[in-house]
Amino acid sequence: MAEHYTLRVNGASHDVRDAWLGESLLYVLRERLGLYGTKGACEQGECGSCTVFLDGAAVCSCLVLAASAEGCDVTTIEHIGSDDEPSDVQRAFVEQGGVQCGFCTPGLVMAVHALLDANPSPTRPEIREAISGNLCRCTGYGRIFEAVDAAIRERGA
Amino acid sequence: MTIVNARTIDDALAALAERPDSLLLQGGTDSMVQMNFGRLDPRAVVSLRGIRELREWRALPDGSTFIGSGLPYASMEKGGLAARLPALAEAARTVGSPQIRAAGTLGGNLGTASPAGDGLPVLRALDATVHLRSATSSRDVPVAEFLVGVKRTLRAPGELIVGVTVPPAPGWQGYAKVGVRNAMVIAIASACLARDGSAVRLALGAVAPTVVRCPAAERAAAAMLAGGRRPSRDDAREFGRIASSECSPISDHRSTAAYRTHAVAVVAARLLERSFHG
Amino acid sequence: MSTATGTRRDVLGTSALRPDGWQKVAGSFDFSSDLFADGMLWGATLRSPHPYARIRSIDTSAALAVPGVAAVVTADDVPGKPTYGLIHQDQPVFARDVVRYMGEPVAAVAADHPETCRRALAAITVEYEVLQPVVDAATALDAPAIHPDGNVLRHQRIVHGDPDATGDVVVEGDYEIGMQDQAFLGLEAALALPDAGSVTLHIATQWLHEDRTQIAACLGLPEDRVRLVLGGVGGAFGAREDISLQVHTCLLALVTGRPVKMQYGREESFFGHVHRHPARIWMRHHATRDGRIVKVEARFVMDGGAYASTSPAVLINAVTHAQGPYRCDNAVVEGWAARTNNPPCGAMRGFGVVQACFAHESQIDRLAAACGIDPVEIRLRNAMRTGDLMITGQVMDSVAPVERCIRETAALPMPQDADDDPLSRPGGSGLTADRRHVVRGVGWGVSIKNLMYSEGFDDHASARCTLQAGRVSLKFATAEVGQGFVTLARQIAATLLGSDDVVLEPMDTDIGSAGSTSASRQTWMSGGAVDGACRMVRERLFERVASAHGLDPLRLAIDGTDVVDTMGDLRVPVAEASAGEAISHTFEHHHRPTEELDEKGQGRCHVAFAFVAHRAVVDVDPELGIVKVVQIATAQDIGRALNPLSVIGQIEGGIAQGLGLAVMEEIIVEDGKVRNPSFTDYLLPTALDAPEVLATLIEEPEPMAPLGAKGVGEPPCVSSTPAIVAAIRDATGRALSRVPVRPQDICL
Repeated sequence: MAEHYTLRVNGASHDVRDAWLGESLLYVLRERLGLYGTKGACEQGECGSCTVFLDGAAVCSCLVLAASAEGCDVTTIEHIGSDDEPSDVQRAFVEQGGVQCGFCTPGLVMAVHALLDANPSPTRPEIREAISGNLCRCTGYGRIFEAVDAAIRERGA
Repeated sequence: MTIVNARTIDDALAALAERPDSLLLQGGTDSMVQMNFGRLDPRAVVSLRGIRELREWRALPDGSTFIGSGLPYASMEKGGLAARLPALAEAARTVGSPQIRAAGTLGGNLGTASPAGDGLPVLRALDATVHLRSATSSRDVPVAEFLVGVKRTLRAPGELIVGVTVPPAPGWQGYAKVGVRNAMVIAIASACLARDGSAVRLALGAVAPTVVRCPAAERAAAAMLAGGRRPSRDDAREFGRIASSECSPISDHRSTAAYRTHAVAVVAARLLERSFHG
Repeated sequence: MSTATGTRRDVLGTSALRPDGWQKVAGSFDFSSDLFADGMLWGATLRSPHPYARIRSIDTSAALAVPGVAAVVTADDVPGKPTYGLIHQDQPVFARDVVRYMGEPVAAVAADHPETCRRALAAITVEYEVLQPVVDAATALDAPAIHPDGNVLRHQRIVHGDPDATGDVVVEGDYEIGMQDQAFLGLEAALALPDAGSVTLHIATQWLHEDRTQIAACLGLPEDRVRLVLGGVGGAFGAREDISLQVHTCLLALVTGRPVKMQYGREESFFGHVHRHPARIWMRHHATRDGRIVKVEARFVMDGGAYASTSPAVLINAVTHAQGPYRCDNAVVEGWAARTNNPPCGAMRGFGVVQACFAHESQIDRLAAACGIDPVEIRLRNAMRTGDLMITGQVMDSVAPVERCIRETAALPMPQDADDDPLSRPGGSGLTADRRHVVRGVGWGVSIKNLMYSEGFDDHASARCTLQAGRVSLKFATAEVGQGFVTLARQIAATLLGSDDVVLEPMDTDIGSAGSTSASRQTWMSGGAVDGACRMVRERLFERVASAHGLDPLRLAIDGTDVVDTMGDLRVPVAEASAGEAISHTFEHHHRPTEELDEKGQGRCHVAFAFVAHRAVVDVDPELGIVKVVQIATAQDIGRALNPLSVIGQIEGGIAQGLGLAVMEEIIVEDGKVRNPSFTDYLLPTALDAPEVLATLIEEPEPMAPLGAKGVGEPPCVSSTPAIVAAIRDATGRALSRVPVRPQDICL
């Protein structure tokens, strides 16, 4: 009920003060905590750009009321890797040409990590289904499939 | 705006007793869209996210299945629950995207009561019962009665949907949903069919103000299938035709009434046939 | 991570990786929506709920009284030109007396929080007198004018050869194309920073300099007091060529004296940018009995919506491409772009040619059927070649490997039988179809697409190259919108200057214009500018080395990362040779001039052309009308593959957009009102809708192009659409004269 609440994001606690309680987790991550890696493109769970892990599950952060995530573990793209130390999935996206404008990319990286962490050897339809909630307007998905395949190969090697 | 992050059902009921008009927020997949677009500005919110008890399902001794209102669709797609209720698993898999299925729930589907709610035809076909509790009372309502109209239910202010019970459903059950994209679509038409011998139950979604059963089609099926007969292609078509006469679809930006009528006839017929050859 | 390692060098022809890729995967790349400034306010726009209405009054007093609101602006507050536009400046910054489309801006607010903005907008009272909107493009042409400039945005006739020529076989049809949205993922966003009567705008756009010209005029400022910096762009596809929130953001910043950020949500984005023109096209082909085209006749009516945007140019593209990639000696073509009270339409990938192509490819299939000729054979029989005369009288002097595109597409393997996984069937996880319900069809589409701007427009591009101690620094105003010019620019410099240390300076208006990132033009135009600047720097470098060693500079060349004497033993690393004073040159690349069409539609109006063929394999559930595109095979005329990975990315991405138009994407407008401004109801293809794509790159270097390469962005989405529709026709026997094809068009 308080006007302030605490979020646990990427292992660290953040106090959110004087916030309008109607703010989505996406908004708070970006505009209050400065974690701009998570993107918003539809505000209604249709594009997947805002995908984060909430207690380990990949969800759309635009559909999470931030104040309701108190006590949950939130993981964002910033925790997955960095420009200098990308994760295997991130490296594969760059090397296979899975990035064009890059706006959908952080959400896709999160979705692919969620997939491969749960299922190291998904079938082709399983891959497509796992990222079907992440819209990409530039690539037509072809190079993204290649990136997922490359990450699977690397993990299997 | 105030928010209560309930940890137990009792927490939630106490908060609801204090503010019966509170918005109940489970997965957020519907209400948060309304809030993001400025179409919903609740003065009080009770978040159910932290209530473990709502996120469970269990097999009951009489063969029926209890499903907590906060169990996400992702948990219905595979595993024990999917084995007990395959039509629910099929319906769950058509909900939004994996991210939505990790958040969305039957409680939300029931509470929102969209005619296109993906889980609702399954609950309607299988004659599920909705469990409601308030701080002072509890009651059980058949899904058929619970869903009153477009986004209208019997839930009273101060009440919480705790879960649903699906009675034992021997025989075959299946689900089909028509959309123009291979993922992430709102149903243009949907159907759940359950068959035990010649006893067929059929519920249709997105083709009437609320999910409907098709008593005439069900009676026709009983006659067609009497004595263990398998339906001919014409039988199945006739079954679909009768079913489509039992709905009242509208035309909107997603589709036309004529197409919806046609599509439910086709999927009802196909589900009947599928119930014989898997 | 972005520097080349080992022996691999990011030269032209390699699949060099994006230099911004590492930031983009990590989420650290700054898109324009990620920008912020201390003390920043948020801006938001009030839009008309009516497609056509008179504004009786606007009362902003209650909005100004909302705590946290810093400013409310309306048409009265626009200090300069009240209107803007790419071709005709007919679109108001804010509507003053009348609104002409649903979503037209009426006022804007600046406040401390987006929610405060929302409340302030709700507190503005606008009294409207609702008028009957003009919503049909054909009737709009003769209807009372809804704008002082009239309802005809452009009319053009083409008469070529013998207008009375006839053929033994005649086929005709009426075709309709729905309104498609570019639907980039990164929504419109900008940050304006005021500074003593000047303003700097960080903006996601396709064309910094053109934006600046229009913004400065509306603000009443000289251009040197308006500086634009490219904010990271999350896709464009034509939708960022027009002004959207640019003037509003700058105005609010100047009025409040504080930084202002504006960003649209998805719903507002649908109202905030132009769309692909809906079109109705009638087309008639005359041919010989053996399927040789004798004459094409066509009438186009394109719905430009409420304001001109690029409608005049889109119309010209449509009518001048009516013949498709086929020889045709005689033509009578006429087209109109009409003003209506529908959403404004303008640039989208394909730019008028998409509409023409759906019609001519549907027609050529009809012709094939009428003549009893295979769809591939009839296309080969009519395939355009270099040297042919086009219906505009322009000689086709681009490399024109149409026949090769078709043959190489046909040579690609067909897909395997239907996948057993239900997710791969029409309907996917909806489990509507069993295998026995599915019929497979095959269809073809072949297209021609002009490159660069047309009709006498000199859309030149500038770039500066600076070399010092082996480091190359490149400066240009080319909008990187995701297409990969940043990768290509580095490859050009690495190749010409033997450096692996190529840095890109910020893209802004501190250098000359690069023109727009559109019309498949940046590889050619900005690529030409970077190429020219690097060549000039290389000449100076050779002079420096030559004078130091007493050689003729003409003997020198770059070999790897060294300057070498081609007639001797001298080998000096570029890093060493370029030590000391920096060598810097700016180069402005111009394409050859074009000319306007005369009243008979004759004139060399286009610069150059590219070609492509598509073969679609589609699984259809005819009873339910649901489709799944299984495979697209394509061979594309690209001149030269400067970066094969980037080319494939453009091809696959363009095909997905063509697929969207074919079977799912449409902005539904009823009585001028948009019914589906959201990603719930405007459906984009998902990963489960993506077909397998097999692509052959046809490399016949284009002599006119500075790097031998043609633009590759647009052709993939031009003829993939008709190919998919042709495949659905093949599977179902339905005529299907409209896109997107809806389930009811197939099964009812």
